[in-house]
Amino acid sequence: MPRAFRSASLLGVAIVGASVLSGCVANDPAATHAALTVESTETSCAVSANEAPAGNIRFTVTNSGEQVTEFYLLADDGLRIVGEVENIGPGLSRDLVVQLDAGSYFTACKPGMTGDGVDRAEFTATKTDATATVDVDVAAQIDTANINYASYVSDQIDQLVTGTDAFAAAYVAGDDDTARSLYAATRMHWERVETIAESFGDLDPKLDLREADLEEGQDWTGWHAIEKNLWPAEAEAGFQAYSAEKRSTLADQLIGDTATLDDNVQGLTFTLSQQTNGAIGLLDEVATGKVTGEEEAWSHTDLWDFQGNVDGAKVLYDGVRSILQETDADLATSLDAEFAALQKLLDAQRIGDGFTLYTDLTPAEIRALADQVNALGEPLNHLTAALVL
Amino acid sequence: MTRSVEPGAGVEPATAVSPAHGLSRRGLLGLAGASVAGIGLGVAGDRVALAVAATPESASASAVYPFYGEHQAGIVTPAQDRLHFAAFDVSAGTTRAELIELLQDWTVAAAAMSAGQDIGEYGAVSGPYDAPPEDTGEAQGLPTAGLTITFGFGPTLFETVDGVDRFGIASGRPADLTPLPHFPGDDLDAGRSDGDLCIQACSNDPQVAVHAIRNLSRIAFGRAALRWSQLGFGRTSSTSTAQATPRNLFGFKDGTANIKAEEPDVVTEQVWVPATDGPPWLAGGSYLVARRIRMTIETWDRTILREQEAVFGRTKGAGAPLSGGTEFSEPDFTLAGREDEPLIGAAAHVRLAHPAQNDGTKLLRRGYNFVDGNDDLGRLEAGLFFISFQRSPAQFTSVQLNLAKHDALNEYIRHVGSALFAVPAGARTGSYIGAALFA
Repeated sequence: MPRAFRSASLLGVAIVGASVLSGCVANDPAATHAALTVESTETSCAVSANEAPAGNIRFTVTNSGEQVTEFYLLADDGLRIVGEVENIGPGLSRDLVVQLDAGSYFTACKPGMTGDGVDRAEFTATKTDATATVDVDVAAQIDTANINYASYVSDQIDQLVTGTDAFAAAYVAGDDDTARSLYAATRMHWERVETIAESFGDLDPKLDLREADLEEGQDWTGWHAIEKNLWPAEAEAGFQAYSAEKRSTLADQLIGDTATLDDNVQGLTFTLSQQTNGAIGLLDEVATGKVTGEEEAWSHTDLWDFQGNVDGAKVLYDGVRSILQETDADLATSLDAEFAALQKLLDAQRIGDGFTLYTDLTPAEIRALADQVNALGEPLNHLTAALVL
Repeated sequence: MTRSVEPGAGVEPATAVSPAHGLSRRGLLGLAGASVAGIGLGVAGDRVALAVAATPESASASAVYPFYGEHQAGIVTPAQDRLHFAAFDVSAGTTRAELIELLQDWTVAAAAMSAGQDIGEYGAVSGPYDAPPEDTGEAQGLPTAGLTITFGFGPTLFETVDGVDRFGIASGRPADLTPLPHFPGDDLDAGRSDGDLCIQACSNDPQVAVHAIRNLSRIAFGRAALRWSQLGFGRTSSTSTAQATPRNLFGFKDGTANIKAEEPDVVTEQVWVPATDGPPWLAGGSYLVARRIRMTIETWDRTILREQEAVFGRTKGAGAPLSGGTEFSEPDFTLAGREDEPLIGAAAHVRLAHPAQNDGTKLLRRGYNFVDGNDDLGRLEAGLFFISFQRSPAQFTSVQLNLAKHDALNEYIRHVGSALFAVPAGARTGSYIGAALFA
């Protein structure tokens, strides 16, 4: 499990605004960050220089010792962590990239990963004309985002439970029309928090496995097993409609597994990186399974899932947007525009409460959706690095 | 079912903040004081340095062609062995400013890759641990291998087929930049034809060429998207007298009479658009014609040698014209054999394509062989990806019309893709490809 987020390390960290960079062509395309090296041994932590210009600085940390080591960049109080790299195995190098405001810092290595570290030394980021800084206290905003997201997840799972009960009841009763009408709308609650649901080991395969993902001899349960029964038109020749007993078994397990999911998400808390990576993960789901029409092989209700994933990613993004505006306003502007463009394409496919079936989309419409998923995905994948300091 | 990715798994919440995104915006943070001992200027993934340090396997591996210059590289540059060609459509809603920014970003990235560097501030492996790498990384450890990246603008960039001037550049559209006419026998697939923009990436290493197109496509996401692309594995033309003449998939030497870099007068006359031709922004540029030519090689392979040589008008071994001599002998189209039949037949490819039959018109050919798997009938999906550069598209049109009507080779080939692009002059250092069009 990921470690708890140490919000203390964010307090008062000076964050360099990227907006001083405007859209003209660099005369020299070469990289312009300052590059330093750090050699960590059992007893020393040799940094190649004790000062560098404020701005982007890259420390390439090489572990020349025999134990796993860490490198820390600490604020002038010697306590607050401004940047760190961990888990550097013997003989390996890893880069730490930081944007430093002008000021005093300390560097230190921690071979063996215990104790106070070795060879603590002063380090100075010297003032330059090119950097503009914004001081932001973001810890409170992060706490708010975390609390809001936990309640969103809880709410979506509650609705999933309610919807699943109604769906299962109709399915068991043989009221296939009602079951079909509830299928996609109920699954949207799942899709909105899909990356969370997936984090609980075998619940995801029990609830959401596609037939194509089955191993030889594996039991097929969950939504898609029922989907095939409800939309048998495209099933292989010889596909047998399920017996009443099998219907009942599948429905009971669906309800039971969903209840387990509900239990698991109670009291769950989230770190900032879990939120940002959750948004990234949800869009990845769209790119790999939904925009290709693979998720809903029988019902073709992929756009409901698509919208659910996008809803979830947008909620996660909205939760951290105010922080992002402080740290990287350009990225926020870009994400605002790309989310809006994707939603516009989805809105164009709305029919009543639902969407066009995937099989009714034209190749050009699918292509437009895929292009826009790429357009959103590239900036979205920078969200974690832009926020998690 | 979806890929199972635990949220936050593997992410340590304390490493770095993001670099500025948007490549053209890089490089503006001054580095006053960078001379302090122990600080280097960060240059990520400089493969030239690595290639120089290593013993070069051959000159083709270590070749470096500068991106910036009077003309774009990849035209008279000695034809490299490998190609990845890509056509893009600008995405709906992209503004003029965004198009310019895309061209700027492409320019910066193309210059870096041509110089053997990773793209971006931190390259493939030196960036923030919690950010996706800027460079995709598969060219690490590879030499530049003579990489050139050549950009072109299609007719639809200036005006859509519906006549919409999306970027305020319709008035800059060259009069000659209109879709090529239908030629007899054309069997064009819209999905392999045309495009708003094109990029030709050539290298002596296939992975270096693919790396270029892959990264430029990634940079374009949201602004332009791939329309079609083509890999070529073997050059079919020589553009320098220092190069041996390669063979096409029919087994014949191809491009013997091609324009060569060592003929500057011919290049000037036939390849570069002079200022007097107009429009002004295209001066020093050229026109690129791309044709995907499918070969029915199974039929060809069971054709008797006499027929094969008669179709080309050259010997299959040495490549000499059937009128005699060696590969580089001028064909004698009048020399007759028995029954007064010319040794080089009326429908022979070398006759119909020869400048003497086309009012002196020459093309700078830069095509590549391709095999894209096989079709449903078990035939190799093979052929020639024809590329030519010329001062005016009319040069290609007149030659191709002649060929399409009469060429004996037509029995064995089918044109299945077609595109025309205006190729701007080279970018000056500090400027970007096509800047004059947007000035």
